[in-house]
Amino acid sequence: MIKISLKRKEQLIGLGFVSPWIIGFIVFMVYPLFNTIVYSFSQVRFLLNGIQTTYVKLVNYTDVLLKDPDFKLALPQYFIQIFLFVPMVVVFSILLSLLLNCKLRGRRFFRALFFLPVIIMSGPVIDNLRLTNAITLQGLYNFPVYKFIAEYLPNVISSPILYIFDNAVLILWHTGVQTLIFLSALQKIDRSIYEASMVDGASSWQQFWKLTLPVLRPFILLNVIYTIMDVSMSSLNPIIIQIKSAMFNIRKGFGFAAAASWVYFIIILFAVLLSYLLFGREKNN
Amino acid sequence: MNIDFDINKIRKFLFSKKKYGIFFQAFLYLLMLGIGFVFFYPLLIMFVESLKDVYDIINPLVKWVPTNIYFYNFIRAWNVLGGFKVLLTSSAYMLLIAACQTLSSALIGYGFAKFNFMFKRPLFVLMICTFIIPEQVTFMPKYILFKSYGMLKTIFPFLVPALFGQGIKNTIFILIFYQFFKMLPRSLDEAAQIDGAGFLKIFARINLPLAVPAIVVVFVFSFVWHWNETYLADLYFETAVRTFPLTLQKFTEYFAKLYPVSESTNPLLKMNESVRMAGTLLCIAPLVVLYVFLERYLIASIDKVGITGE
Repeated sequence: MIKISLKRKEQLIGLGFVSPWIIGFIVFMVYPLFNTIVYSFSQVRFLLNGIQTTYVKLVNYTDVLLKDPDFKLALPQYFIQIFLFVPMVVVFSILLSLLLNCKLRGRRFFRALFFLPVIIMSGPVIDNLRLTNAITLQGLYNFPVYKFIAEYLPNVISSPILYIFDNAVLILWHTGVQTLIFLSALQKIDRSIYEASMVDGASSWQQFWKLTLPVLRPFILLNVIYTIMDVSMSSLNPIIIQIKSAMFNIRKGFGFAAAASWVYFIIILFAVLLSYLLFGREKNN
Repeated sequence: MNIDFDINKIRKFLFSKKKYGIFFQAFLYLLMLGIGFVFFYPLLIMFVESLKDVYDIINPLVKWVPTNIYFYNFIRAWNVLGGFKVLLTSSAYMLLIAACQTLSSALIGYGFAKFNFMFKRPLFVLMICTFIIPEQVTFMPKYILFKSYGMLKTIFPFLVPALFGQGIKNTIFILIFYQFFKMLPRSLDEAAQIDGAGFLKIFARINLPLAVPAIVVVFVFSFVWHWNETYLADLYFETAVRTFPLTLQKFTEYFAKLYPVSESTNPLLKMNESVRMAGTLLCIAPLVVLYVFLERYLIASIDKVGITGE
């Protein structure tokens, strides 16, 4: 019998444990990614015994970006989600975690309530609630503040604010996981730092910006990326609905859908990269 | 009498932030209640709407309190969703998928956490990177793959990737196990090794029993997220495998099939938003029940798993 060194054996065992992932990665990730690239540059036809692809250069991409009206409509909606919805979700989850971090009676109940949407949220549920007007706070429209913003402020300022008002419920419903992550980060901060800073005369406002936020910084990046992916993969996302319907559309087909999904992926990559640039690196003091 | 002292005390009691003076505390409670209401509002509307009959729906005076409680909505919605048969079969399927995903994630997380092997770092980075790859970029070739193996209209398109660590949100699950196994002391493994336990035994008998918090979190979330999944499920299952959310997505269609409408039908029996809300409520009810029982354990586990890293 061949003797293998202990180190070598450990390597093999480790690889053995990870091997399901390696196989899965190749079969369900690398191979499909490669094929989707091929599809995106070709016209895909279904034959009886498989599919046939013919190379058509960049036609699919120009169709997606320039010609298709649905995708053109979906794209701005998605950008609004990325630039308004995602930041609001992260801001609110920080606020909620700060609130839950206060030693108040009943906070366990509220923590459970704030997390409930993560469990029950699915595309059809949100869809049905939206049809019944259950996820817009109807009472809000009667508030003078709302009317003031809608009528007197210039459109550039008012429309994002009104968007946030209109989507208040959905924004809060998306904060569950993020709030918990922030909360457990907050609970790991040493209380004595706060006491020391208080002795030095720091107000709680200063404490928040100088002590709490730097601790949360890496988790902000984590949560921004999580929220971006959460929003991007949610079955209500306008773009992925378009991609799915394009697949079985006679005019568009797999080639179009593949090109659209690559465009989509590149947009997501840029969003993640942007959030990394904003929150990823420590500032040099 | 020292009045100054008393006033200071009262001021502290009322306004102090440090020990939560009563005003500050009241403010916090109000804020929490307000936000809590916004969270709860859709559920409240859903509940109220689902109890209304058709006369209450068209009556503009009835908003929050229905004139009579109309349970028939629930019976019809329950039938449209498919009743106990769909509930039991779909949850059995999802439990199976979740079990597979939990097992594979545990193995993979354990491998990454405890062993050193070639290309471990690049593989680990790749594993994390797959989190930001949207499903859309890979599902077309996968669809053709599953189709060619005749796996469409079964649960295999969910089950097989889950077994190989490529299921829904699998990166998160592997990371949870990775973090957890990383926290367990190595000396336990070494002690077992000296006693002559093999690597499988060390994993199954020593590490896995200690990882119960991680197992619970991963299993429950895997179950819930598979249960709520409709985008891919619709594509892979078509109509062969029914789940509550999938049926809810095409609720009107299924309703029309089960309760055909004609001119002479009683208006009480037609499709309306109350039935739809009853359906939505029934669709989330199993999850809420699950959550009520597991909430305490679940949130404690999330803390213990150390998602935030050390």
